Amino acid sequence: MSTKNKLILIVDDDQDYLYQMKTKVEAFGFQTLLAESQKEAEEMIEKTKPDLAILDLMMENEDSGFILCYKMKKKYPEVPIIIATGVAAETGITFDINDENNRKWIKADRFLEKGIRTEKLKEEIFKLLKINN
Amino acid sequence: MSTLKILVIDDEPGIRSGISRILRNFRVDYPFMEEAFDFVVREASTGEAGIEIIDTDKPDILLLDNKLPGIQGIEVLEYIRKKQLNIIVVMITSYASLELAVKATSDGAYDFIPKPFTPQELKSSIENITKRVFLKKMTNKLQESGKQIRFQFLSVLSHELKAPLNSIEGYLQMIKERQAGPQLDSYDYMVDRMLERIKGMRILILDLMDLTKVESGKGKRDIKEINLVDIARMAIDTMTPYSIQKDIKLKLHGSEVVKVIADSEEMEIIFNNLISNAIKYNKQGGSVDCTLRENGEWVEILVEDTGIGMNPEDISRIFDDFVRIKTEKTRNITGSGLGLAIVKKLIDNYKGIIEVTSQPDQGSIFKVKLPIDKPCL
Repeated sequence: MSTKNKLILIVDDDQDYLYQMKTKVEAFGFQTLLAESQKEAEEMIEKTKPDLAILDLMMENEDSGFILCYKMKKKYPEVPIIIATGVAAETGITFDINDENNRKWIKADRFLEKGIRTEKLKEEIFKLLKINN
Repeated sequence: MSTLKILVIDDEPGIRSGISRILRNFRVDYPFMEEAFDFVVREASTGEAGIEIIDTDKPDILLLDNKLPGIQGIEVLEYIRKKQLNIIVVMITSYASLELAVKATSDGAYDFIPKPFTPQELKSSIENITKRVFLKKMTNKLQESGKQIRFQFLSVLSHELKAPLNSIEGYLQMIKERQAGPQLDSYDYMVDRMLERIKGMRILILDLMDLTKVESGKGKRDIKEINLVDIARMAIDTMTPYSIQKDIKLKLHGSEVVKVIADSEEMEIIFNNLISNAIKYNKQGGSVDCTLRENGEWVEILVEDTGIGMNPEDISRIFDDFVRIKTEKTRNITGSGLGLAIVKKLIDNYKGIIEVTSQPDQGSIFKVKLPIDKPCL
């Protein structure tokens, strides 16, 4: 299966992270759709259905990523979602993404560390989209 | 309703049961307290038995007789002090002994009830203690919320410090992997962004240093009469290259001499932040006008710009720590989100006022009012 007609939504309020992610994901052969906030992303998914989404956790609010994830899953239950975060290490908020209950509520398909290697990122995206690498 | 635990240590059964009876249905309730208090009383006939209860089920209040069969009341008091237990102790004394009173007070007894006492005497003593317990609870709560704010500040700070590092690391990784091909030019954008993030981090660190100085109030302050116009000129000289670069006309208006009693460095921080913001959030070809004047009891500093402006919702947040207004127009502007927080704290220290009026796309006016002749704390 080709990667060309797959659209990946990337949401992050750090424009550099957004640029880096976009460059990588486009190098894998995908098309990208970018948003800098939860609000902007919510407007986008009203009109467009991506094939996969990569969401930052802390944007306008420290739980923006979770809320966005929840709303996306409600609208498009079958679209896989990756939450990219450095949250465990940096914010000290008590939320534990490895907690089974929290995972059930949040319904993200993967939680990835922000500093993830390019190869590993590719592997995860391909796996979620069921593309043979 | 909160319940306070009272322990009575007295060898006379009549006193013990009397106290239990008097306090059984007693309630303390003041309009200023969020909740009413009632009491549960436990009894011990010796100091030893009392200490056992103190160790297993710590009371809030201890009514303590001094003359006991085994160890004396004063020894129980010493035990409590050594273990630094948070218990309010009231001595029940059968006869007035100045020496005992002095010793007990220095060991931390809070009050004395003479024996024999009337129910009213006991109740009013307990009432006073309850007020004190309530106030102590409130202070603890406030201190905790202060700690909470500190903690929040530090978590946001660590996020703010890590974000540029992550971004720079990400670009370096891309460069190392030659992700944009062999042409060096292809990496210009990445290098520019890295330099911008480093600049942001440097601003953040400088602002943090200012903030620490302001918050601790301990920096070397030199409070004396100064001419604010001199300080404003200095700030404008510093900012002129920046304004030329952004094609913005920067002008000073108003009186030649405006005197205040203040620390000149702190005044400079205020001017630098307000003027650099006015340039930073301006439009190409715009202007920044800084006006100084006396107005009755106040010295007024006005910084007006013709920039991007803000909506009312944004205005309400701009003086908070780490707040940056994120819009399409501000996305390429670097800042720490601390500048106005620092300005606000400084002005508060001088018992001054800062007001903002703003129109989106038209510009903003920041007006600072400082009281004349009133040096700060």
